[in-house]
Amino acid sequence: MTTKIKLNNLIWLGLPIIVVAPLLLPGYTTLMTYIWVMIVLALTWDMLGGQTGYTSFGNITFFGVGMYVSAVIQRDMFTSGIDRFERVSEIVVSLNASEYFISLGTGALAGGVVAVILAVILGSGILGMRGHYFAICTLGLGHAAAEIASGIDYIGAGSGMVTPLYPEDALLGKEIFYFYVFFLLALVTFVVFKKIYKSQFGLALNAIRDNENKAESMGIHTTQYKVAGWSISAFFLAIAGAGVGNVIGFIDPVEIAFAGPTFGVWMIVMAILGGKGTLWGPVVGACVLYLSKEVFWTYLLGWDKVALGLMIVVIVVYFPKGIFGWVEERKQFNKRIMSQKGDSQ
Amino acid sequence: MNLLTVKSVAKSYGGVVANHNVSLTVPQGKIVGIIGPNGSGKTTLFNSIVGHHAIDSGEIYFNDQEISSLTIPKIARLGMLRTFQQTHIYGKMSCVKNMQISSDIDANWRSIFSPFSKEVDEMADELLAFVGLYKKRFLLAGDLSFGQQKLLEFAMALMKKPKMLLLDEPTAGVNPTLINGLIDRLRQVNEEKGITLLVIEHNMRVIMNLAEHIYCLAGGTMLAEGKPDDIQNDQRVIDAYLGN
Repeated sequence: MTTKIKLNNLIWLGLPIIVVAPLLLPGYTTLMTYIWVMIVLALTWDMLGGQTGYTSFGNITFFGVGMYVSAVIQRDMFTSGIDRFERVSEIVVSLNASEYFISLGTGALAGGVVAVILAVILGSGILGMRGHYFAICTLGLGHAAAEIASGIDYIGAGSGMVTPLYPEDALLGKEIFYFYVFFLLALVTFVVFKKIYKSQFGLALNAIRDNENKAESMGIHTTQYKVAGWSISAFFLAIAGAGVGNVIGFIDPVEIAFAGPTFGVWMIVMAILGGKGTLWGPVVGACVLYLSKEVFWTYLLGWDKVALGLMIVVIVVYFPKGIFGWVEERKQFNKRIMSQKGDSQ
Repeated sequence: MNLLTVKSVAKSYGGVVANHNVSLTVPQGKIVGIIGPNGSGKTTLFNSIVGHHAIDSGEIYFNDQEISSLTIPKIARLGMLRTFQQTHIYGKMSCVKNMQISSDIDANWRSIFSPFSKEVDEMADELLAFVGLYKKRFLLAGDLSFGQQKLLEFAMALMKKPKMLLLDEPTAGVNPTLINGLIDRLRQVNEEKGITLLVIEHNMRVIMNLAEHIYCLAGGTMLAEGKPDDIQNDQRVIDAYLGN
């Protein structure tokens, strides 16, 4: 109980600090923006990967889909659309502030909706598979999506496309604007997921993780729950993708949108490091991994990947359930001791 | 009235005939037992009834509805639940959560994203007290002993307010003092809540005391049926058990 209260106090203290952070440390705004992005990635992965026990290697697909859908809407909403013979990758759209923000909002939401539809279609097909079979099946998703995107001229094919330039007449600078956008997204994602995990829906996901046969035999339509969970993840992930496309300013199917080896793997590693299946685990994991990555990159250039790998190995060996998984385990251990004391009385 | 009617059900796995021409009826509100040597097809019959696998031939009616082509969750929702021989519980969740999730969660889609209602919590506490696990309600279900997990699984099934329970060896692995309590509770559930029970059991003392009618399976076919006393004295049943 006490740890809970302390944690909540910390959060209320932390929120105002976070809000003024970009003003205090302007040099670190982009770094902090990426931490919010990572938190969203880790949280959304954990919905299926941790809480439901279904390891997915294909969530990056939704990230990329959100990125592309949003970019296309931003490009075409206030312009006449593209000429068939134009080189799409070289189109740079300039919008005024109101056009930019309206198209960004519409694009991000549309990206989310498209990702949800995709998650429902894909999920209904492959979420009937159990455990490892599902994991193997998702391995190809990101790759397939990248290949498909590389073949569509409308979105610049293999050369990618450029997201609209950030308007010069906007009230906030680009970095600060996206800092707050991703801070809000991470916050909303966290609050929504917290509510979900406390609800009947969240418990159903846990039940599927612990014993899917039992859940089924108790009348829970497990596949529907898994699909719903994946869709919720896909929605937030796609919105994150839409934003990241704009922060980077350039979308490429293999390196950025469907970047399996970077974003796609990080989201899994972060959730596992922090403690999969816990609410705070992915948040902590995202901060730890991304900050260490930056620190190692700054001070140990050349050896940074080695250091990062070493850190992951150490955490996995000594805290196999992740940082927060370890905390939860201690709590449960204390409960058991308490109940044994209760028994002997 | 017969709550469950199984008509000449057959199921084979490749060349192995697990059930052949098995028929039984379970009247509303009764306790019926199934006995038989190991490998005689008792659990296969349970699996057929609850929709775990498709049956090769035959018909199964529950509450006058043909259920042999329905999926597991659908049959469970009709009010027929089974417990497993090896305990199936949600090991990494506390006992209370195990109970909560066993309530009728998506009866109402609007409440699916809200926490559990007070009634569910109260019912969970009440049933945990009923099986004697109230003190351990905040422990992880996986940390309970095997016998306690069986009790928990039984309580979880009661959360769903079923019409009928299929119990697969409810006393196997439970210590002898707990067994007596368990029999009392099974009887109590049958009498007070009017839940019909179909019980697979190896413990003859238990099943002879509990059941009003007993079916004996051997080698995948129905060998004998009758009142406990008749079954006890049936030469074919004795032979089947002693391997003659």
